[in-house]
Amino acid sequence: MPMPDTDTTSPKYLRDKYAIVGVGETTYTRGSGVTTRKLGTWAVRNAIEDAGLKPSDVDGVLSYQSGDSTFGTFIAGDLGIRPNFYMDVFGGGSSTEALVGMAIGLIEAGMCKCVAIFRAMNGFSQVRIGGTGARAAAPVLGDALHGRAYGWQSAGQMFAPTFMRHMHDYGTRPEQVAHVKHFHSCHASNNPKAFYKKRYSVDEVVNSRFICKPLHLLDCCVETDNGTALIVTSADRARDCRHTPALIRGVVGRCNKPRTDMHYQHGPISTVAGRYAREILWPNAGVGPEDIDVTGSYDAFTFTTMLQLEDYGFCKKGEGGQYVSDGTIKLGGRRPNNTSGGHLCEGYTHGLNMVIENVRQLRHDADDSCPTGPDGKRQHTYDYSEGGCRQVQDCELSANLGWANPGTGSAMVMRRG
Amino acid sequence: MGIQATYLGMPLAIDDLDVENLAYFKHCAAHDFHLQRCTACGLVRYPPTTACPWCANPKSDWVPVEAKGAVHSYTEVHHAIQPAFKAHTPYLVLLVDLDTQKGKPTEHEALRVMGNLTTPDGTLAPPETVKSVGIGTRVRMVFADVAPGLAIPHWTIDEVAAQPAKPWRYPEE
Repeated sequence: MPMPDTDTTSPKYLRDKYAIVGVGETTYTRGSGVTTRKLGTWAVRNAIEDAGLKPSDVDGVLSYQSGDSTFGTFIAGDLGIRPNFYMDVFGGGSSTEALVGMAIGLIEAGMCKCVAIFRAMNGFSQVRIGGTGARAAAPVLGDALHGRAYGWQSAGQMFAPTFMRHMHDYGTRPEQVAHVKHFHSCHASNNPKAFYKKRYSVDEVVNSRFICKPLHLLDCCVETDNGTALIVTSADRARDCRHTPALIRGVVGRCNKPRTDMHYQHGPISTVAGRYAREILWPNAGVGPEDIDVTGSYDAFTFTTMLQLEDYGFCKKGEGGQYVSDGTIKLGGRRPNNTSGGHLCEGYTHGLNMVIENVRQLRHDADDSCPTGPDGKRQHTYDYSEGGCRQVQDCELSANLGWANPGTGSAMVMRRG
Repeated sequence: MGIQATYLGMPLAIDDLDVENLAYFKHCAAHDFHLQRCTACGLVRYPPTTACPWCANPKSDWVPVEAKGAVHSYTEVHHAIQPAFKAHTPYLVLLVDLDTQKGKPTEHEALRVMGNLTTPDGTLAPPETVKSVGIGTRVRMVFADVAPGLAIPHWTIDEVAAQPAKPWRYPEE
């Protein structure tokens, strides 16, 4: 589908020049019983296989972690990849889109030709992503005295002042936000590999126990063990790969609100980094939110999905509660969000599985339970009832909105090649 | 010299190289709230930094700051993550706008200072007090003494301030 180029100061010549050609994942589980090294190897191997490539075709390895995973050199070594470039960066959510942007830069600079990006984590059975266990008991050092000393440590606790203030500033209701879990759980029920496939009602969400107000248990994502991986290469090389490529239209990586040391110093605190990132994303991509068919707005919590959709301009500021509850973001709606079930239901991977899902959507090959035809391709029914289809009809353009915290986010627009 | 101490059963430490945090908490230990004021632009900042967030000047003076303000946002923790807090739920984590420098240098900026809601002696507030505080509640700073050179600043309800008729609380209350 040809895209109109808009006048912009961004490097628009990179639009559609790079693609995600392979996606791979392990099972999403609690209690993987294997090391993060094994999970990473498994996921990268699957992604290479999915692309129709050999390990020797990959010469770049990028990963992200927070002291809870295995470095890329071990995964490369295990698979016989000899990297011309590797880097393991510190961080969780928002890293995926940022690293895709870095992969484009690496290839563009001639430093390598084909990059594997992975995240491998035992987020339930080793370093618990909800913050319980060893991390919670660790000594409180230096700058952390302004936070952890107050019992302010987990992601939910750290983000809650933003969520609460959004309710205060705009009258956002818990029931509206709970729709995010409801819709994502419906999507997950059509995803055979989702960790939680049960459909949850809005009432079940708002009646679940409080974790830290305004977050109920079911406003929070799942903790799982999994490895996930992407293969990025040039659009030219993508033509020789197995699947329809997901061409990268534009990226913004780890874009921030002011005062990255303590973002709450700079309000409005009910506004998140997407407010700044959108000014890079949409000009780079040459499209706007109204053009997007499917979104992957990071759902560490129901609120994070809403806040980002709002600040990237999918609705007016303050109307996020309406946007996420009126049916727009459900399968069959105008612009479904996290059709895999996302972090709330499929599994927690610090954002990578949401990119995998949108790549599959753009291939028109969501891995649901629809029957496979004689050509080996799924015959999508577009019946979104429980256990049914989860392919978005005529999906041409996707947006992933990655979240690190209220002050930091990344995003990426892809289109069907 | 650095500090190693225990608070609510939690090990706390400040390295001897961390002169900014050592200075900040030394003033807290004297129950006298101080922040860094830039010697060039005159703006005060929180938490401690190594240069001015507005003009990048590395030089600053520690100046006394009136530690009163209003709750800007909060979370009420029911499921504690850290072992030290499990016996204290529900507890409030407050983000408080100081009156000092509020709305400066731009409209939405403020010195937003973290703290728990405590009683005037710096003990985590009991559940009935937790229920009474929300966005808009006027608070004043108090300190929980930890060790020589270290006290943790907290917030308690300002008994003499004019309070809002009803502070904003989570929608169902």
